[in-house]
Amino acid sequence: MNERTLRRLGSRLAWLAPMITLGGCSWDLLDPQGNIGVQNLSTLTWATLLMLIVVIPVIILTIAFAWRYRSSNLAADYAPDWSHSTKIEIVVWLVPALIVASLAVIAWKTTHDLDPYRPIASKEKPIEVEVVSLDWKWLFIYPEYGVASVNEMALPVGRPVHFKITSDTVMNSFFIPQLGSQIYSMAGMQTQLNLVADKAGSYKGISANFSGNGFADMRFEAKAMDQKGFDAWIAAAKASPASLDMAGYAALEKASEHDPVRFYGAVTPKLFDAVLMKDMHDNAPAEGKAHSQITSMQMPAPAQQD
Amino acid sequence: MDMSILFGRLTLDAIPLHEPIIMGATAFMGLVGLGVVYAIHSNRFWVPLWKDWLCSVDHKKIGIMYIILALVMLLRGFSDAIMMRSQQAMAAGGTQGYLPPEHFDQVFTAHGVIMIFFMAMPFVIGLMNVVVPLQIGARDVAFPFLNSLSFWLTVSGALLINASLAIGSFARTGWLAYPPLSELAYSPDVGVDYYIWALQISGVGTTLAGVNFIATILKMRAPGMDLMKMPIFTWTTLCTNMLIVAAFPVLTGTLALLSLDRYLGMHFFTNDHGGNPMNYVNLIWMWGHPEVYILMIPLFGAFSEIIATFSGKPLFGYKSMVYATMGIAGLSFLVWLHHFFTMGSGANVNTFFGITTMIISVPTGVKIFNWLFTMYKGRVRMTVPVMWTIGFMLTFTIGGMTGVMLALPGADFVLHNSLFLIAHFHNVIIGGVVFGCFAAMNYWFPKAFGFTLNETLGKAAFWCWFIGFYLAFMPLYALGFMGATRRLQHYADLAWQPYFIVAACGAAVILLGIVFQVAQLVVSIRDREQNRDLTGDPWNGRTLEWATSSPPPFYNFAKTPKVEALDAWHDMKKKGISPLPDTFAPIHMPRNTWAGFVIGIAGVPLGFALIWHIWWLAGVSFIGMVGAAIVHSFNEDRDYYVPADEVAEIEGRIALAKVA
Repeated sequence: MNERTLRRLGSRLAWLAPMITLGGCSWDLLDPQGNIGVQNLSTLTWATLLMLIVVIPVIILTIAFAWRYRSSNLAADYAPDWSHSTKIEIVVWLVPALIVASLAVIAWKTTHDLDPYRPIASKEKPIEVEVVSLDWKWLFIYPEYGVASVNEMALPVGRPVHFKITSDTVMNSFFIPQLGSQIYSMAGMQTQLNLVADKAGSYKGISANFSGNGFADMRFEAKAMDQKGFDAWIAAAKASPASLDMAGYAALEKASEHDPVRFYGAVTPKLFDAVLMKDMHDNAPAEGKAHSQITSMQMPAPAQQD
Repeated sequence: MDMSILFGRLTLDAIPLHEPIIMGATAFMGLVGLGVVYAIHSNRFWVPLWKDWLCSVDHKKIGIMYIILALVMLLRGFSDAIMMRSQQAMAAGGTQGYLPPEHFDQVFTAHGVIMIFFMAMPFVIGLMNVVVPLQIGARDVAFPFLNSLSFWLTVSGALLINASLAIGSFARTGWLAYPPLSELAYSPDVGVDYYIWALQISGVGTTLAGVNFIATILKMRAPGMDLMKMPIFTWTTLCTNMLIVAAFPVLTGTLALLSLDRYLGMHFFTNDHGGNPMNYVNLIWMWGHPEVYILMIPLFGAFSEIIATFSGKPLFGYKSMVYATMGIAGLSFLVWLHHFFTMGSGANVNTFFGITTMIISVPTGVKIFNWLFTMYKGRVRMTVPVMWTIGFMLTFTIGGMTGVMLALPGADFVLHNSLFLIAHFHNVIIGGVVFGCFAAMNYWFPKAFGFTLNETLGKAAFWCWFIGFYLAFMPLYALGFMGATRRLQHYADLAWQPYFIVAACGAAVILLGIVFQVAQLVVSIRDREQNRDLTGDPWNGRTLEWATSSPPPFYNFAKTPKVEALDAWHDMKKKGISPLPDTFAPIHMPRNTWAGFVIGIAGVPLGFALIWHIWWLAGVSFIGMVGAAIVHSFNEDRDYYVPADEVAEIEGRIALAKVA
């Protein structure tokens, strides 16, 4: 099955979402707003449909056999020594095996298509966003614009976003359910994620990996807007007098909960790399040193990319 | 004098006097304890308790004690579940519920740890103990003293975990204690140390039990019982114990490395100094995934025995079943990475583990079909064990489907760590392991105690659990699709709340099921004289455990049975072979010993001392354990012969009861 079929199925299912929206619930995974999320959903759907080929007969047969061969039903056949049938055995091994073989093909295809590290094909140049999970908030750095924000990020609709992700605390997982795939953030490692928003909107972002006391409130907003809106958002961030230099970062890094959205009009260059490297040397990034530290050592290998 | 030499870091502040919920629970546990002590005292049970139970090496008694431990821990773990469900039913929008994060985080950690290590594991090992030696026509396990030691080490672990309620606190890390969160930098208090030592001490017991059962099954089968004539429960026990012996050392090693980080300042899994938490995640799941099958596989065996017995037919496709079980056991070591597709592995690696995971569903599917075709053309008696089995087949199939959904990395990227995942694994663990434990308990109870359990209350319990399960977990599947992740102490989205409320109601229905189960035990014990099983074979069974009386005499069989076919007892009944000998002969039996209890329970002061850094006590306890083992090694009076007269007298009494 090709990507187009998958996607068509996904978008068709997306139509269902408003119909099953009950009482204002948002079925985020069934209502994806970006291409990656659409593919996640179609993968899920294909798996379900193929599994139902076995699951439905099993459920029906279980109930039917239990009823038909109940001990009080003396009209039913009774074969007290029958315990083998080569034909049945072949069928019960073969059918699940065939289904798994088809699923394996889907697994191969979708896992490669949806590899979080894989750039999204697009005419537009992806926008770079560096993400740091902190206790208990998210820091977003826009290196191309020299701005940063806390607990809110913006992305232009239709333009792929390339995230580089790390943690300056325990492990978290960076996840915007309506845009699709998540990935762990880990200290001293850099993971990557490629997402795109196809529609404007404000999508909730969470940490999907327990990280301690303030975990439940470790949320952010991912605002997908048109290019004009995005530019305005960047300009507003730029206008912020706060600067994310080493002192600013040291203040931000302290554990806190319920952090309000915050913008930094200036960011020390290569701050993300310094955060990434700091645990490797057990040196808190000191002002001015970050850059030399990075150049003295090659960039750390991205986590486990084979 | 510096008190820390005496007490380590233990101070009076460690007792959470200001926490009414915790102190209430502690007081309740204390009261129950006092009640038990009073009951023992007023029945003058101290001496029999010591001689016949604590020092017993009889596999049946050890099995019963394992299951009692499991049932008590089920109550503890279920209380945690009720707290979580009620907290999440309340804490929507701006509200915080009644459990602050420090407490809520301990509750979900304790729930997972207790249910897996101290409810499911002891239950399963208890079943193996009660059933396997009987099924293979043996007098006991291969190493009876070791068996007693295994059990008491497990009890030590359970006691330590429960001590954390009243003294100090438990881990707030989730049940697998992922670093760096579980490292000193982020969890400096004793919680993770309680976790480590409770698991290490009970883990040693589990590993030894694994060794013991492999030796028992391979070396002690009745004459004529070759491997392909072994009852299927014995087969699944063999597979499980091979998994235990292969997987548990990985857990022990992993936790040992974490302890080195925490106690000696090393950096295996820390963020800094070159530590790598990803190694821990890989290692813990290299144990963790086989662990899932360690729990599930023996109950596949139990379901197989039950469905065959009550259908009045041999198990369909016995050979397929054996190969499927071995296949599952082998594959279970090749899938661990599916627990963290989102850690950044490349697409090829993720695909490999996704496909191996899906392959497991083939032999599992075969098993389900085999049970179906065992019922086919049978005479299925709808007893309580059969109801649990059918409930299992329906529920587990759905759990299997959601498992395959999670096995596809492309789908897991959005479902990982969500409540969909929580619903999935409860779907297979409750629908599989828990239903299996209850099926097995109702099935083998008359063998262990000599009377059957009340059917009406048993069925009421089943329906409550069955309906309660769906009410409690279907909403979690839905919440997963809404983007709800696990371990949230509160959440902002008010639209989620109705689903959490339904889930809480489901937990309440399950609670009702547990109430029925307690009532079932009480009523059955009260009415035991009416429900005596004098035949030894209340269900018209097929395997050897039904060839002896209920409960069996301590030596199990007056004459070691000769096995000529699969379903040996069914075969003997058909051929009219009596399980009794013509003349009685002396029987070789192991002697009871204090050593297992003493060495095992010394794990409590040892673990406690290590947790609180009371080094002198740790030294004393450890030397005590080793010393007791050395003293025991000089005890050469370990076995004896039951005289033929005594066997004749016991069998005579059993025969007389049958006639009367």
